Amino acid sequence: MGTIVLKDVQKRFGDVVIIPGASLAIENGEFIVFVGPSGCGKSTLLRLIAGLEDVTAGEIIIDGADAAQLAPAKRGLSMVFQSYALYPHMSVRNNIAFGLKMAGMPKPEIEAKVTKAAQTLNLTDYLDRKPRQLSGGQRQRVAIGRAIVRQPKAFLFDEPLSNLDAALRVQMRLEIMQLHQTLGATMIYVTHDQVEAMTMADRIVVLNKGNVEQVGSPLDLYNNPDSLFVAGFIGSPKMNFISGEVAGQYKAQTIGVRPEHIALSSQSGAWEGTIALAEHLGADTFLHIDTKAGGRLTVRAAGEYDQGPGAKIWLTPEKNRIHRFDQNGRTIKNAA
Amino acid sequence: MATQQTRLLGKLAVAPSVVVLFLWMIVPLALTIWFSLLRYNLLDPGNESFVGFLNYEYFLTDPAFFAALGNSLKLVFAVLAISIIGGTLLALLLDQAIVGRNIVRLMVIAPFFVMPTVSALVWKNMFMHPVSGLFAWLMKSVGLEPVDWFAQYPLTAVIIMVAWQWLPFATLILLTAIQSLDEEQKEAAEMDGAPPLAYFFYIVLPHLARPITVVILIETIFLLNVFAEIYVTGTGGPAGNLPYLVYFQGLLNFDVGGASAGGIVAVVLANIVAFFLIRMIGRNLEG
Repeated sequence: MGTIVLKDVQKRFGDVVIIPGASLAIENGEFIVFVGPSGCGKSTLLRLIAGLEDVTAGEIIIDGADAAQLAPAKRGLSMVFQSYALYPHMSVRNNIAFGLKMAGMPKPEIEAKVTKAAQTLNLTDYLDRKPRQLSGGQRQRVAIGRAIVRQPKAFLFDEPLSNLDAALRVQMRLEIMQLHQTLGATMIYVTHDQVEAMTMADRIVVLNKGNVEQVGSPLDLYNNPDSLFVAGFIGSPKMNFISGEVAGQYKAQTIGVRPEHIALSSQSGAWEGTIALAEHLGADTFLHIDTKAGGRLTVRAAGEYDQGPGAKIWLTPEKNRIHRFDQNGRTIKNAA
Repeated sequence: MATQQTRLLGKLAVAPSVVVLFLWMIVPLALTIWFSLLRYNLLDPGNESFVGFLNYEYFLTDPAFFAALGNSLKLVFAVLAISIIGGTLLALLLDQAIVGRNIVRLMVIAPFFVMPTVSALVWKNMFMHPVSGLFAWLMKSVGLEPVDWFAQYPLTAVIIMVAWQWLPFATLILLTAIQSLDEEQKEAAEMDGAPPLAYFFYIVLPHLARPITVVILIETIFLLNVFAEIYVTGTGGPAGNLPYLVYFQGLLNFDVGGASAGGIVAVVLANIVAFFLIRMIGRNLEG
């Protein structure tokens, strides 16, 4: 079991409000990603759940019981830290076993669990090494192993991949997803990388200045963002925002169109512009186009686009892919 | 360009200081060795004669030598034990967020800056004096017989004074080490459910292993040389260590030859200790 319910959880440091009040229900076995820009309170929220920070007010209900005042170790959660936080003087085996040893589990049982975890994570050959003799990816696995053996109600990941290089990050991302499928455990994962969020999550929680901005499946957030903030944060390259006269035509303060939802033409279209820059990625080309209507817009063109900087071009947004926002940055729902 | 000529120029440039440093070291050492082979008594000047290793024989078979060696070792071990155990506990305490932490830290560090002679005088006259000392007053105020520290427990008195001086040093180094313990490691231990004692023994103490060896090395070097406290308090008879014995031979017995031999013996002993300590430290730094 591993359900976690947050009821109006608040966190203040003195007068500084970090989390004004967050409510959230996490189902058993879900992969939840907290995402947001730095300083949005996503790590603090995770640490509140872990018990490493005390809540100022509110309830944290784990498996039906209020855990807000419990010590971290009593909550039955495991955490994987950004720096891995392995104990440098202990072998991999002892690192993984430490939590069990502290729980007073008998030795043979510990040994069996460590062996099993090591097999799951391909660490069997490294059990007697010290953390400093391991590569970044292996250390990461030890940190995960330490979390697994305690058979927690939920796993908490605090930006676990941010210390790895790009190639390893993609690989570890897959391994963590694989692990989630194998264990079927609840996982809460904090990241500032929206690609990680999109690819890994069952549901994404977008945080902004400590507020839960929107909760939903990745595609839900992509297709139906509730606000300007979520629309701008989810999706890469970023959504184009246009305000002023053009937005007025759509009866909105601001409209947003994703780069992949704009059609290009060299003859005619809604907005006229000039290509300023072109980024060639092989599969796609990102064109940065200066337009009279909306300033500089980004457009994704499939494959290799043959026009270079300086070329005149017309842009047409896909009709039903235009997002409209009011002056508070909230989405205006399309009338039926 | 920047090859042979510059290297030669570099060598020439540092040569004077190297030569001076070398002479500074080798001349006194060579003279001491030379004196240690002479019958050289200040009461009988002008009659120096070569006696070979006779001075060493006398020095090493003198019962006072073994007493002094024993005192040296007791002093070193006792002060090391007090300063490392006490220093660790104080460092743990000072690491906590207590009221007026900065002032407390400053006060804890202060004894280290007091000259040994001054500290010995303060302890002798203001604390341990059997008539006018604070300790005597405390004992008398609860109706007990005051302790005459320097007559009854001379070595203990010296150990207390020296430990008071060196405790801050250990505290300072161990405190910095504790503060360098990774914050996420503390939290990981918290998540692992380590109670305070287990946290200390499994996480903090291994982290302190390296600074503790550094403290042992540095303190041992200085503790083998303690002299002022013994000289000032006049406890040289019962509690004299090797440096005091060398002083005694040379300046109270006027036997320069014997004192030189003692000095060389002390140098050899110190080097043996240093050899093992450096090895210990080397192993710890690798690990």
